[in-house]
Amino acid sequence: MLRFILKRISQSFLVLFITGIIAFSMFTFVGDPVDNMLGQERTMEDVERLRAQLGLDKPIPVQYIKFLGEAINGNFGVSYRQGRAVSEIIMERAPATLELAALSAVFAIILGIIFGVLTAIKRNGLLSNFIMTASLIGVSLPTFLIGILLIYLFSVELGWLPSFGRGEVVQLGWWSTGLMTESGLKALILPSITLGLYQMTLIMRLVRSEMLEVLRQDYVRFARARGLSERDINFRHALKNTMVPVVTVIGLQLGSIIAFAIITETVFQWPGLGLLFINAIQFVDIPVMAAYLMMISVMFVGINLLVDILYALIDPRLRVAAK
Amino acid sequence: MNSHLSDTIEPTPSRLRRILDSDLFYAFQRSPVAVVSSLVATLLILSSIFAPLIAPTNPFDPSSLNLMNGFTEPMTPNAFTGEVFLLGTDDQGRDVFSTILYGMRISLFVGFSAVLFAVILGIFLGLIAGYFGGWIDSLIMRSADVQLTFPSILVAMLIFGIAKGITPVEHRDQMAIWVLILAIGLSDWVQFARVVRGATLVEKGKDYVSAARLIGRRPYAIMLRHILPNVLSPVLVIATISLALAIIAEATLSFLGVGAPATQPSLGTLIRVGQSFLFSGEWWILMFPACTLLALALSVNMLGDWLRDALNPRLK
Repeated sequence: MLRFILKRISQSFLVLFITGIIAFSMFTFVGDPVDNMLGQERTMEDVERLRAQLGLDKPIPVQYIKFLGEAINGNFGVSYRQGRAVSEIIMERAPATLELAALSAVFAIILGIIFGVLTAIKRNGLLSNFIMTASLIGVSLPTFLIGILLIYLFSVELGWLPSFGRGEVVQLGWWSTGLMTESGLKALILPSITLGLYQMTLIMRLVRSEMLEVLRQDYVRFARARGLSERDINFRHALKNTMVPVVTVIGLQLGSIIAFAIITETVFQWPGLGLLFINAIQFVDIPVMAAYLMMISVMFVGINLLVDILYALIDPRLRVAAK
Repeated sequence: MNSHLSDTIEPTPSRLRRILDSDLFYAFQRSPVAVVSSLVATLLILSSIFAPLIAPTNPFDPSSLNLMNGFTEPMTPNAFTGEVFLLGTDDQGRDVFSTILYGMRISLFVGFSAVLFAVILGIFLGLIAGYFGGWIDSLIMRSADVQLTFPSILVAMLIFGIAKGITPVEHRDQMAIWVLILAIGLSDWVQFARVVRGATLVEKGKDYVSAARLIGRRPYAIMLRHILPNVLSPVLVIATISLALAIIAEATLSFLGVGAPATQPSLGTLIRVGQSFLFSGEWWILMFPACTLLALALSVNMLGDWLRDALNPRLK
């Protein structure tokens, strides 16, 4: 077991090492930031001063060692576009994305499980068929189109909900929250539905197929023979046993929620990390791109590692296979 | 009915006849979803290929544009010029129907090229990994694993960003389409490589490969002439589904502003532009490209799903 965990951890470090090299090569070989930051009217002194200020005048190995050291401390230098420390910008933007991601995850999990159980129990009901068809169309729709359609319906036509931004936010230390004002809460509704919809259908389909599998088992028939109520059978016996794969998928999906937030944040002009990353790509703002890449890879690798270890703890067969 | 002659000499059926008699075509006829979605997909693909013949105007020829025609509603005469446009016009007076046809052309071109690129790269790396094994196999499959850690749209964005940084500023708009193909293709090769590698491992142990090796054929000849034809059918199924995903990926990237530029708009770019007119009431600039994208993605997606089920022997 320990050997398996150590092996997985070393693999994770390999992935991080590779993404680190990619991030550093972006710094070193892609574009000339000085070109991007200074306009057409510039003097040689301006260029030299800025190069020294950004540390671009030093040899590449020195820059690489400096990069590694700084990256571990969470320091990715100064944004080419905004002229501020990248870590500062990220700290400022992170609460918006995390709140959005958390809310859409909650939305996806609760509705996904409810709909999944419902469509499994009443397989050929009218409502089940409707939900299954709607989910098929929902999966085929690109995320950004769902967002636009929601804006068109609820903001333009009905005028119920805001179409962009976070509304009023309350500052709690360095964390800014939209959960404490009415406009902040209203602003969260459409983006979190947009972001959570895909994950919801995924969880729903998984819960449904697992439930159908479990409901066929002998112990469910025995429970029914013992005269337990349908509700007890469905929720206390069947649903509980579908939870292992469901929890794994939810864990793995958490990472993609934050990655797919890029699309949702652009549609709703949500001032989070995703919008920051997209703007960084548009303006070739390498430090921000590199920092985002490193941050998201630490997150993905961490989640994958955790899920793998949990899996091995739950299922002894995997432990044998890993040796 | 049967003459004496046809009893003794069985004529080889024509290629068309063989296609019409196949199990696959029979299953196709029996599935309304497959028939409808292939009709829709064919119609859309043909109309984008013949866009210059069908489109009433060339939206990228400035001489054919009249700013007075801007913001004309669908099927209603323009207040100044009296011209009527089937799907209305955008802010610059471009016919929306024509921009959709040309936009779909770019979407499909990028989608097809990206999948083709991913298929070729995936087959090549998969064959090498499966046939040679050893360190080259580990290298290819480990890098595939690293890439699979991240969602492919994120990989595509990152490749697009890096490639954009490398290309000189004055060429960025011209290169954008090719960079987009590269980015989507590179984000998508892993699944092809995995399937081909797995199939190659199986085929490698069979007698015909040993025989080819015995008569002295070179490894690349064995891979391309003998193994490749036997591993192609799963690749075809994945490629169809990949095409729908590539079209959506292209639209998403262009919508986010990291794809096709405004000078060569794809459907995603048109939707991006149209979004800014949603609040002022000009819904048609957004909705018609959006519906076209939807029809395209849905029809290709359903066709891919159907093909996967039809070719899966376990479901028969």
